[in-house]
Amino acid sequence: MTGAHDQPLLSVRDLSVRFGLKGQRQVAAVDEVSLDIWPGQHVALVGESGSGKSVTSLAVMGLLPDRGVEVGGEVLYRGEDLLTKSPKEMAGLRGSEIAMVFQDPMTSLNPVITVGVQLTEVLLRHLQVSKAEARERAVELLGRVGIPDPARRLREYPHQLSGGMRQRVLIAIALACEPKLLIADEPTTALDVTIQAQVLEVLKDLVADTDAALLMITHDLGVVAGLCDDVNVMYSGRIVESTNRNRLFANPRHPYTGGLLASIPRLDSPRGAPLTPIPGSPTQTLPWTSACAFAPRCGNRVEACTERAPALEATGDRDLRCFNPLADADLTGAAR
Amino acid sequence: MTEPLVQVRGLKVHFPIRKGLILARQTGTVRAVDGVDLDIEAGRTLGLVGESGCGKSTLGRAMLRLAPVTEGSVVFDGTDVATLEREALRSMRQNMQMVFQDPLASLNPRQSVETILTEPLRAHGIAYDSSRVRELLELVGLPSAAAQKYPHEFSGGQRQRIGIARAIALEPRFVIADEPVSALDVSIQAQVLNLLEDLQQELGLTYLVIAHDLAVVRHVADDVAVMYLGGIVEQAASDDLYSTPMHPYTKALMSAVPVPDPRVEETRERIILQGDLPSPANPPSGCRFHSRCPFRQETRCDDERPELVEVRPGHTVACHWVEEINSGQIRPHELTPDTVVQLEGHS
Ligand SMILES: Nc1ncnc2c1ncn2[C@@H]1O[C@H](COP(=O)(O)OP(=O)(O)OP(=O)(O)O)[C@@H](O)[C@H]1O
Ligand SMILES: Nc1ncnc2c1ncn2[C@@H]1O[C@H](COP(=O)(O)OP(=O)(O)OP(=O)(O)O)[C@@H](O)[C@H]1O
Ligand code: SF4
Ligand SMILES: [Mg+2]
Ligand SMILES: [Mg+2]
Repeated sequence: MTGAHDQPLLSVRDLSVRFGLKGQRQVAAVDEVSLDIWPGQHVALVGESGSGKSVTSLAVMGLLPDRGVEVGGEVLYRGEDLLTKSPKEMAGLRGSEIAMVFQDPMTSLNPVITVGVQLTEVLLRHLQVSKAEARERAVELLGRVGIPDPARRLREYPHQLSGGMRQRVLIAIALACEPKLLIADEPTTALDVTIQAQVLEVLKDLVADTDAALLMITHDLGVVAGLCDDVNVMYSGRIVESTNRNRLFANPRHPYTGGLLASIPRLDSPRGAPLTPIPGSPTQTLPWTSACAFAPRCGNRVEACTERAPALEATGDRDLRCFNPLADADLTGAAR
Repeated sequence: MTEPLVQVRGLKVHFPIRKGLILARQTGTVRAVDGVDLDIEAGRTLGLVGESGCGKSTLGRAMLRLAPVTEGSVVFDGTDVATLEREALRSMRQNMQMVFQDPLASLNPRQSVETILTEPLRAHGIAYDSSRVRELLELVGLPSAAAQKYPHEFSGGQRQRIGIARAIALEPRFVIADEPVSALDVSIQAQVLNLLEDLQQELGLTYLVIAHDLAVVRHVADDVAVMYLGGIVEQAASDDLYSTPMHPYTKALMSAVPVPDPRVEETRERIILQGDLPSPANPPSGCRFHSRCPFRQETRCDDERPELVEVRPGHTVACHWVEEINSGQIRPHELTPDTVVQLEGHS
């Protein structure tokens, strides 16, 4: 880390999100989620479908619906709790301080407004610039995200662009005002791999150029491996393992993380190398109250696992939520 | 060498683009599959990879005559399926079955698992009893109690098992699996991939596995064919293809796949392609890949379509400059966005 930062840029403390109207049965989608992002740092939030990744990011951005949702805990941005901010204050922060890129660019771009207007609008709203200056900036930004003939593209509507180009436009919009934090929720999941590689490259470059911190939300551990400093693994609404990238991949200690890595086919592993699936499938309910939610699928299960819920504890080089984690391998030997 | 079980030659599937409601005029053609040759040997698995819209599913469907064949032949065990008439085609289909990507969409929600699994048997007038259902369920690793349940009562991985059980109910010799795991969560993909392998061993099946995920194909396929915009650009034994990809597109595709290992990610060289996949309604002339190719040359690439040529035993590549590229004589050039011929964007 360069420079002396005395506090994280974003510090999520004990975040919980429950859905359901008051009086009715509530469903917890996210619980006890804590994570820190330091200025300029790249942090990953990984987990399978339904594990609570998007709900976490929406809670941070203040974008959850305001009815039928109960949010607990703290979301500290530069030490101030975003959960106590008014909608107007949040709207001011979004775009200028914290920006977001979603999986489906079609839902975040307005289909009846040209790309140029959508991009310059952000610049005009947050920066002291004239219309002409904003236009010039917009052309430059589109060029920077690798869109050919940017001046022409500015006059086009979102549907006239391919999926990869739309995603690059969104990245350009998100980073237009040089926010301090970019939250990217599965930004390349809907794209083909060669387009994914283009978009990730653009994202990486721009984040580096602007010194922004990145919260990368994805189910793809491959994307994480090339991009993030720290990784948080989520299962059923809670973080189960959190550590730096090299440790996580070389020596996963939560049985879910280990299982995930052993079950993914790899491009560089020899043909016929066995895949070890995780048995069963993720449950949609969050049975954390009385047991470890991963217990039904876990090969390391001990008695405690079905009797009470494990807490997230700092153990040596990482945070772990597990009664019987995988062995702490000697990292020099774990290289494969 | 033995005759391949399945031999595809010059296969084309063209869809007309029509405009106008009453007098529908044909205003163009989508060349979804545009001259494909493939060989699949008995008992082996051919993996077919390529990006969205390149024609993989259409090719697979055409091989089973589920999509109209415009031109070419699909020879299965000596018989050309592409020209078979109704009755003969129907009985041929017993031997050739398909597993689909989205297990929920391909299973009738109102039918019990037993009905789903026995439907193909009834359709082909094959006698069965309940032990056949139990047997099929056991083969795909489901309890016999599953027979009385309905698709929505199962998880995604279990539903895909049901789809697989249905596909093998007629004891086919050849199964096409179109993106069999891409709708599944990563932690359960391996279950289904392992099941496909076990069934192959047990029943002696021949597979065509279609997937956009190169790592999945790496895991299951003996041979791999790479498709780009309606045509095969490279085919080889899996080990050859993954260790020495020779076509510029294959090289780029492979370098783009993220590997879940930071040490690999930090040291590998990535070939970033510029631009998007052109539309199959308006494919580039010459080599279909020339608009994005980092090795494109002044001559031949733009106006002459390269044929698949065997450059090493069992390794075929469709690129004019494959020798020069792989000996290092031709180096990739930096493509900037503006040098890319922007073809009609596809969406
Ligand atoms: N508005 C809502 N009302 C009720 N439940 C919701 C709502 N939004 C999300 N959920 C539930 O919260 C859980 C977590 O959803 P979330 O979208 O965060 O998952 P995710 O990890 O982002 O998954 P994916 O990888 O599929 O995007 C899910 O069980 C989902 O059904
Ligand atoms: N019935 C049809 N009529 C017109 N065009 C079609 C039809 N079916 C497919 N196409 C077009 O043919 C091309 C190839 O489609 P196909 O579904 O075979 O691609 P694919 O490689 O399977 O893609 P994906 O990975 O997205 O499944 C696409 O451009 C598609 O729009
Ligand atoms: S023929 Fe030319 S454009 Fe096509 S892949 Fe080879 S070098 Fe590239
Ligand atoms: Mg999500
Ligand atoms: Mg398809």
